[in-house]
Amino acid sequence: MPSADPLDRREFLRRATRAGLGVALAGGLAALSFDASGPSASPPERAKTGLPDFSLPQAAGRIAVARGAVRRETLWLALQALGGIESFVGRGDRVLIKVNAAFASPPILSATTHPDLVFELARLCYAAGAASVVVTDNPINDPASCFALSGIGPAARRAGASVVLPAESLFRPVSLEGARLIRNWPVLTGPLAGITRLIGVAPVKDHHRSGASMTLKNWYGLLGGRRNLFHQDVHRLIAELALLVRPTLVVLDGTTTMMTNGPTGGSLSDLRETRTLIAGTDPVAVDACGAELLGKRPEDLPFLGAAEKAGAGTVDFRRLSPREVAA
Amino acid sequence: MSLRSARRASQIFFTVLFFWFCVVATLGERFTELSGWPVNLFLELDPLAAIATLLSTHTLYRGLLWALLTVCATILLGRVFCGFVCPFGAMHQFVGRLSLRGRPTALRLEKNRFHPAQNLKYVLLAFFLAAAALGPGGGGSLLVGLLDPLCLAQRSVNLALLPFLERLGIAVRGEPRLAREALAIAAVFLAAILLNLHRPRFFCRFLCPLGALLGLLGRFALLRIGRTPEACTGCTLCERSCEGACEPTGRIRTAECVLCLNCLADCRHGAIALSTRASAAGEIPLPDPGRRAVLAAAVAGAATVALGRVGGATGATWSPSLVRPPGALAEEEFLSRCIRCGQCMRVCPTNVIHPAGLEEGLEALWTPKLDFRAGTSGCQHTCIACGRLCPTAAIRPLRLEERLGTAEFASRGPLRIGCAFVDRGRCLPWAMDRPCIVCQENCPVSPKAIFTRPVYTEVRLAEPLIVREAAGERIGLAAGRLPPGRFATGDYYVPLPSGRRLRIRAHGEQAIELAAAIPEAELPFSGSALSIAIRLQQPYVDPERCIGCGVCEHECPVLGKRAIRVTAENESRHPRHRMIL
Repeated sequence: MPSADPLDRREFLRRATRAGLGVALAGGLAALSFDASGPSASPPERAKTGLPDFSLPQAAGRIAVARGAVRRETLWLALQALGGIESFVGRGDRVLIKVNAAFASPPILSATTHPDLVFELARLCYAAGAASVVVTDNPINDPASCFALSGIGPAARRAGASVVLPAESLFRPVSLEGARLIRNWPVLTGPLAGITRLIGVAPVKDHHRSGASMTLKNWYGLLGGRRNLFHQDVHRLIAELALLVRPTLVVLDGTTTMMTNGPTGGSLSDLRETRTLIAGTDPVAVDACGAELLGKRPEDLPFLGAAEKAGAGTVDFRRLSPREVAA
Repeated sequence: MSLRSARRASQIFFTVLFFWFCVVATLGERFTELSGWPVNLFLELDPLAAIATLLSTHTLYRGLLWALLTVCATILLGRVFCGFVCPFGAMHQFVGRLSLRGRPTALRLEKNRFHPAQNLKYVLLAFFLAAAALGPGGGGSLLVGLLDPLCLAQRSVNLALLPFLERLGIAVRGEPRLAREALAIAAVFLAAILLNLHRPRFFCRFLCPLGALLGLLGRFALLRIGRTPEACTGCTLCERSCEGACEPTGRIRTAECVLCLNCLADCRHGAIALSTRASAAGEIPLPDPGRRAVLAAAVAGAATVALGRVGGATGATWSPSLVRPPGALAEEEFLSRCIRCGQCMRVCPTNVIHPAGLEEGLEALWTPKLDFRAGTSGCQHTCIACGRLCPTAAIRPLRLEERLGTAEFASRGPLRIGCAFVDRGRCLPWAMDRPCIVCQENCPVSPKAIFTRPVYTEVRLAEPLIVREAAGERIGLAAGRLPPGRFATGDYYVPLPSGRRLRIRAHGEQAIELAAAIPEAELPFSGSALSIAIRLQQPYVDPERCIGCGVCEHECPVLGKRAIRVTAENESRHPRHRMIL
């Protein structure tokens, strides 16, 4: 009564080989993927250190103050007093203009960089031989709305510059050496790729937490991630930003100053005509000079002192003998 | 070109147009953006949405007048909309056709035979129309938007398909948009599509309340499908691909015929015609869902709305978390208009409008609700896009002046959609001794609705600080160590006996440097205890200024449950939700 189909030797060997291979495969896969320690608590640090330095040593410590109501004029005058746009932008340069486009607010409310300045600056860069001009910011309100409503987007395009809106893929973690706050923090580095000149353009605005929003506070707009946390230590952050971002040139627009309700403003009654435009290569000095437009002394703004102490510039801007010009 | 080819071409054209209008329904001037495209066209051609709002509001709003075109076409030609125009119908037809491709004729005949359950759609129509017409306070509720084919399709594409494609990196503008109820909305859509595997055009035959309405409207159609008196051999091939399952061989059920015209093309004997004469084999002009069933459904529809409101959702127990878009009507009127098409959500430039889930009650399912954590930045107070697009004026079209409360609206003040409240147990300066006021910074109105009051609070130290010596701007410590840099942020002060405080400019472990010199008389003694105070600006909300835009809530760094949150209190649309005098 043996079974009709007994297991012969050949069949047995074949089955045994297959079974053996199956076991080996399972065991091999398990051994290869075995993880005795489990996931580690923090992902490995992959931040790059610092950003490129865009400042020009031969132009260090220059500052000019132009008075007048027409931005195109005062910008040109201030630049002439600094040696002309040609001393900052040359043939083939790829320029990034960092504007303040934080809010979806029309130009008349002065909560954002004025489109006339964006247009004129981009135009001058091209006239000086720039190969490309890019305008960017990581605004607080909806980015597309901000660039459209502020007029910055259309003005940039009219001048032939391209506008880069922030996208997740354009941020990379960056650490600043010796910094407490900017460590492994997402920074809008995408638009900086291939850039040879960096120009910051910001309006003068009241700011309840930091005291004032000018060219240094403007670099906040290069930060991504949960940057609102930095309000808990805003002065230190601005000082660190002053070290992290070394621009070729900054332009501080005090043609109209937002005296109250900043940094959003929202009403013409928040504004005062101050008819001043400050340009320079030392953002700390430029901001210290601009503080006067808000009726503040540099000592009232702790981030200035902290930035100077960190080696980012000079608070006592008069020491740099600013050139005064008037339209 | 045969009539069937014309029908196919028309379906392809309208389906492509439908998707195109969905894609371009985003704010902007470019060709691929809103820029004047009539993106509401299909919703406006939908007579069910028009009749339901007519019943609930006794008015026909703006573009809904287009529905008259569909109504007239149906009266003259029968369900030509179903066969030639409806994009949802075209999708069903396409999938149903694929499912029966290459299957034996016997099976196809079986699948395309009339089923008595096709009467269900008339019952559903009665339910939805009664729900629309008979509300507790006059107008009812437009629950029909849940099942109306055009609302369903529009909502599914707007709130599930397009966001899903964006997530895959297709057709994305900037960052992909969030769509909160995408899974549930997509599930309904996919279920409707997959039911075609059971029977072709399942949704159209059994469920579509619009199809039911059009079937009834086509009762006296001039042109209709039917048998000619001669030539029929009884082969039944004409029923092989009959989309409406209306049985053209026998007494044709005219109300079921979707004018697919397949019978016309499939008949090899010229026995089927589209003509002004009634079918030689006789007709069943009206469906027979049963008078009792229709009556019961109507009663159920009215009762559903009434029962839904027994809980008080539109009255005393209104939901404070249900913040509606700016211009939304008072809740009862809103529900008597909103067809849940998702157009407001699609066009919102900041992606802050989302479909409400079941948390806001069945009646509010998939109606628009603001979620300030989602989106790119609260509800921009200079934007009126949603009300401009809303096809039924559930969100009233506003002028910017009205929203902002300027020009002739100055006396009324700005439109409020809610009010922000600071949660003092979660707010960093209120509860955690940390400076912040991101909310105040971002408040977009002038003067700001969020203001701050400074307070100085003694800092909690690990060990007491004992003064060694003090002179001028400097204080040296004999005991206690300061954590490096911690108090040099510009927010920390040393209080003096007079009540004055001097800001700490810098410090080491045991040395403090102040921003100004300590007056002689107030110099701390050697050996005395030293305290350090932090200056905190604590946020408050001025309800008279707050418009409920939620930018503060969006920006609050307490990310989970925000420390400042907007709820519907004080919203303009409800005088009885007023909070302040």
